[in-house]
Amino acid sequence: MTEQPIIYTEHLTKRFGDFTAVDAISFEVQKGEIFGFLGANGAGKTTAMRMLCGLSLPTSGKATIAGFDVYKQTEKIKQNIGYMSQKFSLYEDLTIKENIRFYAGIYGKSDAFIKDKTAQLLQQLNLEAEGDKLVGSLPLGLKQKLAFSVAVFHEPQIVFLDEPTGGVDPVTRREFWNMIYEAATAGITIFVTTHYMDEAEYCNRISIMVDGKIEALDTPAGLKETYNAATMDDVFLQLARKATRSDA
Amino acid sequence: MRTLRFLLQKEFKQVFRDPAILRIIFMMPIIQLLVLPWAADYEVKNIKLAIVDHDHSDYSRQFISKVTASGYFQLDQYTTSYNKAVEEVEKENADIVVEIPVHFEKDLVKESKAPLFMAVNAINGVKAVLGASYLQSIVQDYNNEIRQQWMQLPRFSPQTTIEITSSNWFNPLMDYKLFMVPGILVLLVTMVGSFLAALNIVKEKEVGTIEQINVTPIKKYQFILGKLIPFWVLGLLILTIGLAISLIVYGIHPAGSFLTIYAFAAVYLLVVLGLGLLISTYCNTQQQAMLISFFLMMIFILLGGLYTPIESMPQWAQWIAKFNPVSYFIEVMRRVVLKGSSLADIAPQIGIILLFAFVLNGWATWNYRKRS
Repeated sequence: MTEQPIIYTEHLTKRFGDFTAVDAISFEVQKGEIFGFLGANGAGKTTAMRMLCGLSLPTSGKATIAGFDVYKQTEKIKQNIGYMSQKFSLYEDLTIKENIRFYAGIYGKSDAFIKDKTAQLLQQLNLEAEGDKLVGSLPLGLKQKLAFSVAVFHEPQIVFLDEPTGGVDPVTRREFWNMIYEAATAGITIFVTTHYMDEAEYCNRISIMVDGKIEALDTPAGLKETYNAATMDDVFLQLARKATRSDA
Repeated sequence: MRTLRFLLQKEFKQVFRDPAILRIIFMMPIIQLLVLPWAADYEVKNIKLAIVDHDHSDYSRQFISKVTASGYFQLDQYTTSYNKAVEEVEKENADIVVEIPVHFEKDLVKESKAPLFMAVNAINGVKAVLGASYLQSIVQDYNNEIRQQWMQLPRFSPQTTIEITSSNWFNPLMDYKLFMVPGILVLLVTMVGSFLAALNIVKEKEVGTIEQINVTPIKKYQFILGKLIPFWVLGLLILTIGLAISLIVYGIHPAGSFLTIYAFAAVYLLVVLGLGLLISTYCNTQQQAMLISFFLMMIFILLGGLYTPIESMPQWAQWIAKFNPVSYFIEVMRRVVLKGSSLADIAPQIGIILLFAFVLNGWATWNYRKRS
């Protein structure tokens, strides 16, 4: 039996009135892959990701996430994914432990599971002494690492990361990517959008969206060869310059 | 069920960690209930009087001292010029001008009747109407006194008078606080319930946490219950604080049972929270939610029968009042507190309020979407 792609889309489209935000994108992501989803601002990345997470209903096309249909089985999809949005979305007026407990609890994790894994996680993040601090009091880099940890805490099959390292310093970004690698090693598929080309190099495969369409999809090395470019930056600029859509 | 428990834990922690909400919950009822009932008193006092006395007789002086002794009037001007008195009215120094004509005493003694002239400044309608009627009854009273003085043989008096005595049921001393405090309490519960619920949900939209909630397997009804239950409890807490204040400060013992009040409030809060929820589904920022809530509150208060009886409103306004949940609770509160109505007596109101609760919560749930 051949392995089913964990994310599968075929001509997936989203229109808002006359505006086609996502224009018939088709791609597959395999289990355990780190998939980079690139594109300029307004290219349609977030909209595409929201459809895959079941937050937004596609206008047309097909998509399955972990084998579940994005039209009919969104609740099943939600049980199997983690999501980290552009906006920081832990509760700043709850403590680190309370946030973890809340999000793990609503995924139906048992108290014993939550307790053990929380201790483990706090140790990993070097936060053993700070578990009862309000999340609002933490520095941004730490908040982002915590948000990622919470997004994968319930051991989803796929985690969607929407510009997870925006505004974060290079050292913390590096640490953040180490966490991503760890999660991928544990078998979680990573679907990540980013504007940092060095981060794109970390991905197994990359797609680049321009004006709602996927213009290129390959490994970082493959893309550099195809576009005869020395860096990913160069590849991105060549493609993004074709964009006719302004910043939305 | 377990999910709901986690949601409730989170909400309660957040509410009790927010100093602003705690202040609203405890300070708002205390301050409003301590201040407003004294100000929202319909009894008109300190009516300023300008008396134009052309007679300067014993009778005119007796009359004046009777008027000022009543406690409702303040003698602002005692003059002989009507024009001067009118000037005082124009300067807002006087509310009522009473003119005692020349020969007031003489006419009264000789002809058994004498005219008095009264001019009322009607800029403040309530003050004018009540002031004039107070003054009239004082004149009447004074008239009777004189008559009694003159009558040698009252038994054979050819003049018969009808005296009307009235008794005020349910509020024998016509204490306005008995009437206002329950009404103000209703407004408090309404405001706090709908504002807090609406702002809370809209805040999650603003911060972005609602998006995170929407990608979890939380069901719509779980999320909504998780929001409604904490504010339902808070609403009942505020009601309790309010009832305690009215008992301790104003000595208001409901004639009916507390159970009836709580039973109605429990259903009523569902309406209030449903309204808050509905507002939140249409707003994206806390400012929008706040403005809409204020707009609705104004209508609810002015068309709710707190200050003015609904029965004396124009027909169209009475129709609007029928769709105003606040008016039902104010009515029920006053009935239970003053008259001692039981659950059976207010069954029709409970039915209507239940209907409101279903419509508003149904509408809000329908309009709350986990995905766009």
